[in-house]
Amino acid sequence: MDQLRDANWVLSVGTFLPLAGVLVMLFIPKAEEQLNKAVALITAVATLGVGVYTLTQFDYDRAGDMQFVAETNWISVIKSTYFIGIDGISLPLYFLSMVITVLVMIYSWNHIPSPGNPKAFLILMLILQTGMAGTFIAQDLVLFFVFFELVLLPMYFMIGVWGGENRQYASLKFFLYTMFGSALMLVAFLALFFKTGAESFAIPYLVENGGAIAKNTQVWIFAGMFIGFAVKVPMFPFHTWLPDAHTQAPTQGSVILAAILLKLGTYGFVRIAIPTLPDAALEWAPWIGLLAVIGIIYGALGCLAQTDMKRLIAFSSVAHMGFVMLGISTLTSFGINAAVFGMVAHGLITGMLFFIAGSVKERYHTLEIAKLSGLLKQIPKMGWILGFCAMASLGLPGLAGFWGEFPAILSAYNPAEGLSEELYRVYMVVAAMGTVLAAAYLLWLYQRTAFGEPKGDAHGHDAHGHTGHGDEEIHDVTMAEWISWTPLLVAIVLFGVVPNLLFKVIDPAVTSVLASIGG
Amino acid sequence: MLSSLFAATDWTAPAIDYHGLAPEIVLAAGICVVLLVDLFLAERSKWLLASLTGFTLLGAFIPVLTLALDDAGVRSMFDGRYVIDDFSLIMKGLFLLVGYVVVLLSTTYIEEGDYYKGEYWVLMLTSITGMVMMTSSRDLISMFVALEFLSIPAYMLAAWRKRDLKSNEAGVKYFLLGVFASAVMLYGMSLLYGVTNSTMLTDLATEIAGDLTAVRVLAVVFLVIGFAFKVSAVPFHTWAPDTYEGAPTPVTAFLSVASKAAGFVALVTVLYVAVPAAADVWQPLMWVLAALTMTVGNVIALRQTNIVRMLAYSSISQGGFILMPLAVAAEGDASSAVLRSVVTYLIVYAATSLGMFAIVLTVSRKTRSGEISSFGGLFSYAPALAALTTIFLGSLAGIPPLGGWIGKFAAFQAVLDSGTGWGYAIAVIGAVNSVIAFGYYGNVMREIWMRPVPDGDTTPIKTPAPLVLALAITGVATLALGVLPGVALHFGDLATFAGAIGG
Repeated sequence: MDQLRDANWVLSVGTFLPLAGVLVMLFIPKAEEQLNKAVALITAVATLGVGVYTLTQFDYDRAGDMQFVAETNWISVIKSTYFIGIDGISLPLYFLSMVITVLVMIYSWNHIPSPGNPKAFLILMLILQTGMAGTFIAQDLVLFFVFFELVLLPMYFMIGVWGGENRQYASLKFFLYTMFGSALMLVAFLALFFKTGAESFAIPYLVENGGAIAKNTQVWIFAGMFIGFAVKVPMFPFHTWLPDAHTQAPTQGSVILAAILLKLGTYGFVRIAIPTLPDAALEWAPWIGLLAVIGIIYGALGCLAQTDMKRLIAFSSVAHMGFVMLGISTLTSFGINAAVFGMVAHGLITGMLFFIAGSVKERYHTLEIAKLSGLLKQIPKMGWILGFCAMASLGLPGLAGFWGEFPAILSAYNPAEGLSEELYRVYMVVAAMGTVLAAAYLLWLYQRTAFGEPKGDAHGHDAHGHTGHGDEEIHDVTMAEWISWTPLLVAIVLFGVVPNLLFKVIDPAVTSVLASIGG
Repeated sequence: MLSSLFAATDWTAPAIDYHGLAPEIVLAAGICVVLLVDLFLAERSKWLLASLTGFTLLGAFIPVLTLALDDAGVRSMFDGRYVIDDFSLIMKGLFLLVGYVVVLLSTTYIEEGDYYKGEYWVLMLTSITGMVMMTSSRDLISMFVALEFLSIPAYMLAAWRKRDLKSNEAGVKYFLLGVFASAVMLYGMSLLYGVTNSTMLTDLATEIAGDLTAVRVLAVVFLVIGFAFKVSAVPFHTWAPDTYEGAPTPVTAFLSVASKAAGFVALVTVLYVAVPAAADVWQPLMWVLAALTMTVGNVIALRQTNIVRMLAYSSISQGGFILMPLAVAAEGDASSAVLRSVVTYLIVYAATSLGMFAIVLTVSRKTRSGEISSFGGLFSYAPALAALTTIFLGSLAGIPPLGGWIGKFAAFQAVLDSGTGWGYAIAVIGAVNSVIAFGYYGNVMREIWMRPVPDGDTTPIKTPAPLVLALAITGVATLALGVLPGVALHFGDLATFAGAIGG
């Protein structure tokens, strides 16, 4: 792998800069809340600045190759190196993680969830950012594993300390599920390492040599990775941690979880599991496709049954990630392109929906759909934004969601060679029905919450026994909210109208990923 | 008769490599000095003894360094019965540093107690000397002597709080089971001597390589079981929780880190140097012990409400992870990877576990309680301690990028290196166990971060200077080993392990 650019410090700085901010914040007393917030925000913005610089320096004509490659010794004894690089698949996700962190920081300026302590909250968020960005650039399995795990503890605390009423249960469930998956994933990584001759953990090396492993062994190794990634995605039937985690997490946690953390799993499939174990991928693909369409239908039906807005959005994630996994399971360039686009789109849209849910909760002190009504009358701007996002989420053409969903369904018409066409066409039909259900639950949600007359008793008292909110004016979208939401809204429209902006970057990288399975 | 004996033996004094023995000599001198100084010190200046002990340990560390930098290769004395190779140097260094941290942990505790201030330090130094000797012993007799040398002071240390029933129970249990284990081990040793006519480990290896008769199998099994007691492997672990809970907390830290590590040193030496040919006997034994130790330790730890007891069971379960790779130590060329994983794990585990005990000591100074619930809300009034505790617990759970993960990683790597079905099977058992373990580590984290402070008592915790130093050392070590795992693995990658398989 030749070094494309000299500026290979860019990725390292972009990834570890948040930790520098953490270091500074450690020396700021807890009581200096504004100063802590400022340092965290500046760090996040500076990190985003590095991200923007990466965007400008990225060679889009060679988006299929690893760029900004840096490789130095790290743990030479076990033949693992600090090996990072970025290509067209990583770039959008890497950048998205930085954008989301900044937006969440802005949102946090006056939305620190109870029990307060912005210092600890923001430190965790910065650590989270390092883990997320690192996962997308790691080109060494051990390094990938370290970053992949690095996000666990901060998220655990974020849910467990700043979450809702049932936070302790939700955070432990989140942690144990993910840890179980990653323990088996680690065993699979090691097995892959030894079966390729115990030479290197570098992903390019493993891609080159993984195909030579006996098919039977590949299938087993893939099983380990499958569990690790599928828990994270999450795929049916490993999804049960997600509704709890999302519902209990503070708004910021939900946004990061939906926008970035779920993508770590699907990214793992695209980057590691499929290219390194091509034979096993073909063997597993129909099963992945099956679980994906079950997820689509199950998630949609789950949404219809929810009475809590946040829980509904969480279940819709299960359905959306089903589309992404369906695209991946076709093992075609078309399908995986759709999947990567779907990851970004889902990140933007669902992240936005969780922001809205958080703000609604803040104003009405409830997310019970039955208790919400007439948003359009009472807070019309928020109501319109919710409507916009619901439309984007159900896959309205012209908005970003469409380009993740529609091509994914279409790609199932013609799966990769060696996969049963009939089977995938059945999947296609089922997935298409899923979009109808998606329209149903989202429009129903919108209808119940935004239309009608505002209900007087939606506020004034809530489960925490707060009183006196009755006199409080329910205000529309605030400044901080506008600042943190506008970029997402713009991006949803932009990628919806000009999807090629993203496809152009993704496509060459997908082609080179698929090169190993001859797709 | 005497004259005939003299005539028969042409005895000459063996050559002694004083540089090689320097760490032991410094320690021996230190023991004498501490003992003597204690006699002449007034009660109010007994604090000097702690510093003296600490300096002795650091002083003994200097020759370890010079020996490590010296390129003389393996130093061998007494016909190869006492050797200084990379393995022994690394472990000597570890024992001395662990000893130093334990001194830091003990200082305030002993100061505030009211009796036997001098003897405590003498016994601790003696025990560490035994450990340091253990690393070099390559003969059944010197191993046994080293083992008793390190164990007997430990029995007394466990019963240190002599007016406390639990402490007495701790000492007696530890003593009785320890002696029982010694007896079983001695029986194994005597059988080995009987069939091979030698006590030197390398001789045993060549003798046993021939064939495995029933008596040889029995000898190996007895030997392994004896060490299994020392490393508190299930089902020979029953003494550990009671002893750990009853003993003074610094002593518990000492037992669960240093004493356990010494057991592993002995076990590895015997398996690698003396009976590698009997791998068919001890590999399955190790497999079963490792699987049981990890699982039983974990499952019982889940139910504990006392922090020290929880740490005791956690330490048993961690021992299972150290045993795990030994189950495949003789498969193919796995032996060096296995050795590396054992050494790495011991180093990482020592740093993390001592740190956790330092936390327990610090927090219990305020709460006066050993219950896990006494950690409630620590985050709200002592955020720095809470963050450190999280680091230690996360490291014990094996979460990257905290130290513990590299130990687990190396262990998994070693068992998978063997490529056998048994290796894969135990790797999966280990993986599942590392998840279960989070159940109880996470429970403590939950108390610290998410639960209210018991009784609303949020007076800040005063941390005495020695504990601050101990926390700093172990905290930095835990983080550094996790972020730069090459360091720990480098120490585990031993160039020389005299007489061992694959080395």
